[in-house]
Amino acid sequence: MSGTTATRTLTYREALREGLRDALRADERVFLMGEDVGAYGGSFGVSRDLLGEFGPERIRDTPLSESAFTGAGIGAALGGMRPIVEVMTVNFSLLALDQIVNNAAAIAHMSGGQFAVPLVVRMTTGAGRQLAAQHSHSLEGWYAHVPGLKVLAPGTLEDARGMLAPALADPNPVLIFEHGSLYGLEGSLTDPPAEVALTGAAIRRPGSDVTLVAYGGSLPKALDAAETLAADRIDAEVLDLRALRPLDDAAVLASVARTHRVVVVDEAWRTGSFAAEVVALVAERALYELDAPPERVCSVEVPIPYAKHLEDAALPSAERIAAAARRTVGR
Amino acid sequence: MSDFTMPSLGADMTAGTLLEWYVRPGDAVRRGDIVASVDTSKAEIEIEIFEDGVVGELLVEVGTRVPVGTPLATILPVAGSAAAAGNGAAPATPTATPVAAAPPPASSPPTPRTVAPLAAASPPAAPPLAVPVEGHRTRVSPLARRVAAQMGIDPETVPGTGSGGAVTREDVERAATTGTTPPAAEPLVPAAAPAAPAVQSAAEPAVADRRSAMRKAIGDLMARSKREIPHYHLETAIDMTAALAWLAERNATLAPPERAIPAALLLAAAARAAAKHAQLNGFFADGAPQPAEHVHLGVALALRGGGLVAPAIHDADRLPLGELMAALRDLTARVRAGTMRGSEMADPTITVTSLGDRGADKVFGVIYPPQVALIGFGAIRERPWAAGGMVGARPTAIATLAADHRASDGHDGSLLLAELDRLLQHPEELA
Repeated sequence: MSGTTATRTLTYREALREGLRDALRADERVFLMGEDVGAYGGSFGVSRDLLGEFGPERIRDTPLSESAFTGAGIGAALGGMRPIVEVMTVNFSLLALDQIVNNAAAIAHMSGGQFAVPLVVRMTTGAGRQLAAQHSHSLEGWYAHVPGLKVLAPGTLEDARGMLAPALADPNPVLIFEHGSLYGLEGSLTDPPAEVALTGAAIRRPGSDVTLVAYGGSLPKALDAAETLAADRIDAEVLDLRALRPLDDAAVLASVARTHRVVVVDEAWRTGSFAAEVVALVAERALYELDAPPERVCSVEVPIPYAKHLEDAALPSAERIAAAARRTVGR
Repeated sequence: MSDFTMPSLGADMTAGTLLEWYVRPGDAVRRGDIVASVDTSKAEIEIEIFEDGVVGELLVEVGTRVPVGTPLATILPVAGSAAAAGNGAAPATPTATPVAAAPPPASSPPTPRTVAPLAAASPPAAPPLAVPVEGHRTRVSPLARRVAAQMGIDPETVPGTGSGGAVTREDVERAATTGTTPPAAEPLVPAAAPAAPAVQSAAEPAVADRRSAMRKAIGDLMARSKREIPHYHLETAIDMTAALAWLAERNATLAPPERAIPAALLLAAAARAAAKHAQLNGFFADGAPQPAEHVHLGVALALRGGGLVAPAIHDADRLPLGELMAALRDLTARVRAGTMRGSEMADPTITVTSLGDRGADKVFGVIYPPQVALIGFGAIRERPWAAGGMVGARPTAIATLAADHRASDGHDGSLLLAELDRLLQHPEELA
């Protein structure tokens, strides 16, 4: 009508790239560094073509040393820059765990508020692509345990495109987890793109019978499950957490207060999982809203297998989510 | 009217503890429905009913241990028959057709049907189990409890239709507006999910008790076997090269859930061999051998935490390998979950024990009374094998037979093992 907004089709990967391009254009303190982000275009193709546009000073290939280049990012952030560090997968981020947990998350506190670390770390998480046990785990829940960090999990194109800007604007370290199975996800975005909030959950599908709590790569599965359930006249609400830390307690509790049943989907392992945190929250603060025991749909507790049929069997699926939801409604 | 009694779930069972009722007075039941679960001291077994009818009165409370044969419930004839006519409480709905819009029992066909309560229109003869059995906490969801308190209703008197039979808010609200009857369309218990941990923990003996009770049950039965049965033992080594090659080729063409393991092939061969040798398939009872018409193949399965059970795969000799594998998988899963069915426990006609990959070389079996034979397979391993004047390494299995000399002689047993060998050299016959 007005001609100022239009819709276009693109992939999650392209949406991330647009977010990066906008950030690099908007602020010359912003730069990207990580393994193969330059000439190769990023291990998952997110930063393709950025080297040509922004040059090697701002799109920096690093040695294979997560601890060193994450530490360099912290140093740059302390020095006034706005670094974006790409770590290939969350499994490899364990090599940088000391930098992230002991330095990035703690410096603001240990310096009595004198220093902030405005660092953004992007990394791939999750399974589903036959990359086996050293490239497929979902460890974002571990980071969500750590005060001083913000942990984001964009599950839509809009968030993939839009979360980076507020993350860079945040004075403290922000980790962004991109689920590997989402990169090829196609969808549409408005043009110009809508701004999104840094944190806070979003209802992706309203419903009245059961709440499906999901985030990141599990979001499309939860939405699929909701469609299946709708065919059986079970009206599922899908709540996208968007951020694991800070967790949007109010949104979870409000949804459970409407539906009285909850299924939490988390591709991590069940034991000590983020799903456990959500269920504990519901048990502590919404027990008298519950009309059925909460359910968790998590990965089978094995290192994620390589073989396709075994990997499929290990991961949450729309079928397993729907089955859990049916149990909560007693049919 | 007839009595539904505590069944004998195997020759070693003299008494059982009723763990849970899945039916209530007034429920229509059909032959094959699972109506209760029973702890036999070896395992928790789901028991079926063997006639059509309507549940009259429940005579035994949950948690009670009673001898085999004790009436557990009365079963009224289905409505329309002469006996029921005088009983004003008998429901008018013919039970042959599933009640009203009863949903299909479960997504998978082999799951036994769930008992559907009768239409709300006819009140049952006995009052519903409104008063909870002592020591049995009625499950009420937190929300239902809150809503019931607001409405001034005792939620424990409301029939539950929620997950695990719990009382939900909807149940409370329905009770407040229409009385206490749940809608006919909703199953009383979800199929395949009857376990109610709270009930079990109240009724079940402690794990240690269960284990020692099982040890004793196995001990009693094996002592009886050794005391009464004149065993003879035979063994034969079987070249498994052809069988394993055929199995690998078959599996390569199939999706993982369709594939079979060598143990299933051994079971298939054992079942077919047993079918050809009736004097080894059946029972010795009342002083005489009683060959069986069917091969209900008992499969010895170790239980987690110790002990073993040997439930039956029915008509195993007629199952293609794929179906036998599915039956084995199902049985193993249910044994681990503790949900065997009474008929499986009661009627194996011959038992197979297969020691598996990590097992010993061979097993000298002890027959499971009143059966008359037990086939054993040791681990399949590469062993020296002489053929055509040469010795080479081949995968082999040592099959053994323990048989009751009152029912057969060594010659019969030998023929059975020879047939077993022949089948495993022609595994395509087992497909």
